[in-house]
Amino acid sequence: MLFSVLHPHRERLWHFHGGVHLPDEKHLSNAGPSVAAPLPAQLVVPLQQHIGAPSQPLVSVGDRVLRGQPLARPQGYVSAPVHAPSSGTVAAIEPRQIPHPSGLSAPCVVIDTDGEDAWAELPPPLPDFEQLDPADLRERIRQSGIVGMGGASFPSSVKLNPGPDQPIHTLVINGAECEPYITCDDLLMRERAADIVDGIRVMLHILGAERCLVGIEDNKPEAIAAMREAAQQLSGQGGGQAGRQAGRAQQIRVVEIPTLYPSGGEKQLIKILTGKEVPSHGIPAQIGIVCQNVGTACAVADAVLRGRPLIERYVTVTGRAVSEPRNYRVRIGMPAADLVAASGGCTGDLEKLVVGGPMMGFRIDTDAVPITKAANCILALTPAESPDPGAPQPCIRCGRCAEVCPANLLPQQLYWHARAKDLDKVQDYNLFDCIECGCCAVVCPSHIPLVQYYRYAKTESWAREREKRAAEHARERHAAKEARLERLEREKKAKLRKKKAAVAPKGGKDDDKQAAIKAARERAAAKKQAAQGESATAAGKPAPGRAEPAPGRTEPAPGRAEPAPGRAEPAPGRAEPPPGAAEPAAAGPAAAKGKVAAPDGKPPGAPEDAQIASRAAEQQGAQGAVPKPVPDDARRAVDEAAAAGADTSPGRPEQPFVRGTDQPPDQAAAQASGQTDQQTAQQPSGAGTDEERPRATAGRG
Amino acid sequence: MQARTGFVSSPHAARVNSVDWVMLQVCLALVPGTLALVWFFGWGVLIQMALAVVFAVAAEAAVLKLRGRPVLPAIRDYSAVVTALLFALTIPPTLPWWLTLLGILFAIVIVKQLYGGIGYNPFNPAMAGYVFLLISYPVATTTWLPPAVPELLQAQDLTTLSFLDSVRLIFTGVLPAEHTWDAVSAATPLDEMRTKLDQGMTIDEIRASSPLWGDFGGRGWEWVANWFLLGGLYMLWRKVITWHIPVAFLGGLLITAGAFWLLDPQTHPFPAFHLFSGAAILGAFFIATDPVSAATTKRGQLIYGFAIGAMVFVIRTWGGYPDAVAFSVLLLNIAAPMIDHYTQPRVFGQKRSAKAG
Ligand code: SF4
Ligand code: SF4
Repeated sequence: MLFSVLHPHRERLWHFHGGVHLPDEKHLSNAGPSVAAPLPAQLVVPLQQHIGAPSQPLVSVGDRVLRGQPLARPQGYVSAPVHAPSSGTVAAIEPRQIPHPSGLSAPCVVIDTDGEDAWAELPPPLPDFEQLDPADLRERIRQSGIVGMGGASFPSSVKLNPGPDQPIHTLVINGAECEPYITCDDLLMRERAADIVDGIRVMLHILGAERCLVGIEDNKPEAIAAMREAAQQLSGQGGGQAGRQAGRAQQIRVVEIPTLYPSGGEKQLIKILTGKEVPSHGIPAQIGIVCQNVGTACAVADAVLRGRPLIERYVTVTGRAVSEPRNYRVRIGMPAADLVAASGGCTGDLEKLVVGGPMMGFRIDTDAVPITKAANCILALTPAESPDPGAPQPCIRCGRCAEVCPANLLPQQLYWHARAKDLDKVQDYNLFDCIECGCCAVVCPSHIPLVQYYRYAKTESWAREREKRAAEHARERHAAKEARLERLEREKKAKLRKKKAAVAPKGGKDDDKQAAIKAARERAAAKKQAAQGESATAAGKPAPGRAEPAPGRTEPAPGRAEPAPGRAEPAPGRAEPPPGAAEPAAAGPAAAKGKVAAPDGKPPGAPEDAQIASRAAEQQGAQGAVPKPVPDDARRAVDEAAAAGADTSPGRPEQPFVRGTDQPPDQAAAQASGQTDQQTAQQPSGAGTDEERPRATAGRG
Repeated sequence: MQARTGFVSSPHAARVNSVDWVMLQVCLALVPGTLALVWFFGWGVLIQMALAVVFAVAAEAAVLKLRGRPVLPAIRDYSAVVTALLFALTIPPTLPWWLTLLGILFAIVIVKQLYGGIGYNPFNPAMAGYVFLLISYPVATTTWLPPAVPELLQAQDLTTLSFLDSVRLIFTGVLPAEHTWDAVSAATPLDEMRTKLDQGMTIDEIRASSPLWGDFGGRGWEWVANWFLLGGLYMLWRKVITWHIPVAFLGGLLITAGAFWLLDPQTHPFPAFHLFSGAAILGAFFIATDPVSAATTKRGQLIYGFAIGAMVFVIRTWGGYPDAVAFSVLLLNIAAPMIDHYTQPRVFGQKRSAKAG
């Protein structure tokens, strides 16, 4: 009320706790327009530039590839393809050093460019996208290899598919660019505002969202003006779709937000613009919001309206250790060294090279790494810009860190417990709500590398969780094996007994024969049903035919008492834990089947079956944590089920911190461990496949 | 091309703060109050400060050496200096040197270093050192000088000490021949108030009985408090401290004192008297805000500060000692970890009721 009286022209904005004002240093690189980076002689395209499953190469060494041609296809739902950024010949497919905090190598397609820059045949433009099915548009976005370009590199098609149980009302576009030095989004918005607005329209259509809020920090007046004008023009457009487009344009509001690091963090930006908080461990879709970076919006427009895959991005080359800081339009895969050279090379006073910004970026030891889809900035810092903070001193509990923490944590307590390696305590203090923004470390008077401690604690926690899961898995497999052996043994004995019985009395021949035939038929039927149930389980669905043990326990089938009762015992015990399994068991046709099986001498509650049933229930539980399958997208459901099957083990749902699509725990873990300085002690096996940190939800403003 | 190898982890930006900067700001903020103290109570104040600083730094260096820790970085953070200064500001300016030494040794060696050095001490070292002296040597520690206010000195036939007199008194314990103890010492306003109230006098009678009383507290004393307040505001401005603890401290003192004053204004002094007497202002801005031993959550700091303020009133009114800042701070130091535990902030994205741990 008061606010609107005082500021009639400004939107109501909200605050997040903490944050720091930093010298923004943007003037270094945002004075001139962006420049097309020269085409390098060699492009090094990492096969995995996204969070999720690595993609599979489609080309082999010696192949000629054209610009925009797919080099690798996605594997699984959460995955993305990569494309040839220019035409040339595939020189190698081999591990190369990638921009990763730990300096790891990962498989890359190396292309010797031919300078022709010839385009491959691209998929057709879809100018009338508003008539198209969102699923088709998502597929286009997926096939164009678009991932979050603000730093999170999560496949955009997945983020644009929150599922029917999460209706989206607001699309938030992140143009905050809150990290000091970086200006690539600034320049992108100045130069390609119209395309960004087109991308927004596409995404609004896909999501069925009512409105779009574009948040831009007020230190970028040119970008704000450009974006406002583009949104305005849209509403003035003529043509057949004028009405609808005008409607859409109304929905797009460009909002100027105060400059305060880290307002470009996904959760922080959403709070500023809407006043809503993304639940802890949750994703924005849970509160009806999807957040995308401006670069992603632009890439979506390219993909849908021009058929172009994501092969180029804006990159800021800056810092006082480069001669000519500026922004470039860079082909993915261009070696950072070439880019730095294009900027006049580094001066002698280079302290460190950083990919990303000074707050959340990571140091690279060599510039022989390629630009990836998520690399927004190459930062060459002088010792004056990045002075060594010196040896950390003890924490004096001054609480400055807590004052600036945007997640409203108590960093000093986290530090205390992380240092003591008390993993339970750090989680009590909400370690996993930390977005690693670095605010605490920057203000800490004792110069403690706090973020490093948190990464370490996260890595350790993940490792512990994985171990726990592995142990449970092993225990479970062992139990299953025991049970199977037992059942085989029992069956053997039962057969023996039956044979004996058949041999002994020989009266009433016809009757006996008929009984035997009947029994055989019934056995076959039972087996068939069991087989069906099994396939159902494999698909991740609860298997009604599977849950025999429960009724068997409550109401012993006739044949059950016969074989040694002690043997049948394990079955009920195992069937107990999953409540999901008990229900179909009680309701399902199992009881009847139990009786069918009885004449056979086989106990109805075969331990193995019980075990499968329990696993089905667990998978169900696991699925509750993963987004629900979407009916209109069959492949997704299958993929997801497969993912759940492959990756989900019983311990998973208990994990306090891995829920939500944004943070595949294993990748994130590998990630973090790669980043931790203790990495040498515990080099992650899978880390090389992933170049992003568990900051998926934070983004890199 | 290879970059130099330096520190690795993000953030890569320059740090905006450091412990020595913070401690130096505290020292700077102490200047106006210290000058006022010197003005009213003579050179003894400065001599004690110099002694305390030398003792503290030497003690810290010696202990660190014994513990096999690097000495220089710890000395350079100035935390021992701040402890020494705060200690020196709370003791009487004529305290014999060896008592100062004893208090500092207790503060630095036992309270600070034996608990692990800076950051680990659960108690405020300066206050612990002071309380140690107060309990062991109650008379010496409570013998204060009269403030150099001419009317007061004339009315009660008191004198002040010269620089040399002060030096001699501190180092030899000998008063110059022309002075008597009665002539150079005087009860603090808090003492006076307490004694007279115990004698059954009303506030009006007490205030009329002596030229000691100023606008709020005692003459001279209240000006010292004003200048410390100025230093406190400076620290707030430089963001060395936040408002939470001082405001809650003074609020707690004012509210409890005010409540009793409202009940019976003749047996309880006006609340502002409490504020401007004794170490209340110094305590609120400089002592209770010692980060190491205070509560660290914002809500916790409010509780912590308020409780100290209330406790100061309670001990001043009913306790065995006329001033109570040191006791109150130490008592709440004990409670700080528990306060922190129950006042964790609501984490971003968590429900209002959710509480960790
Ligand atoms: S800012 Fe540093 S010294 Fe202060 S409480 Fe936090 S971790 Fe401790
Ligand atoms: S790095 Fe983590 S703990 Fe530190 S300020 Fe950022 S969110 Fe808070």
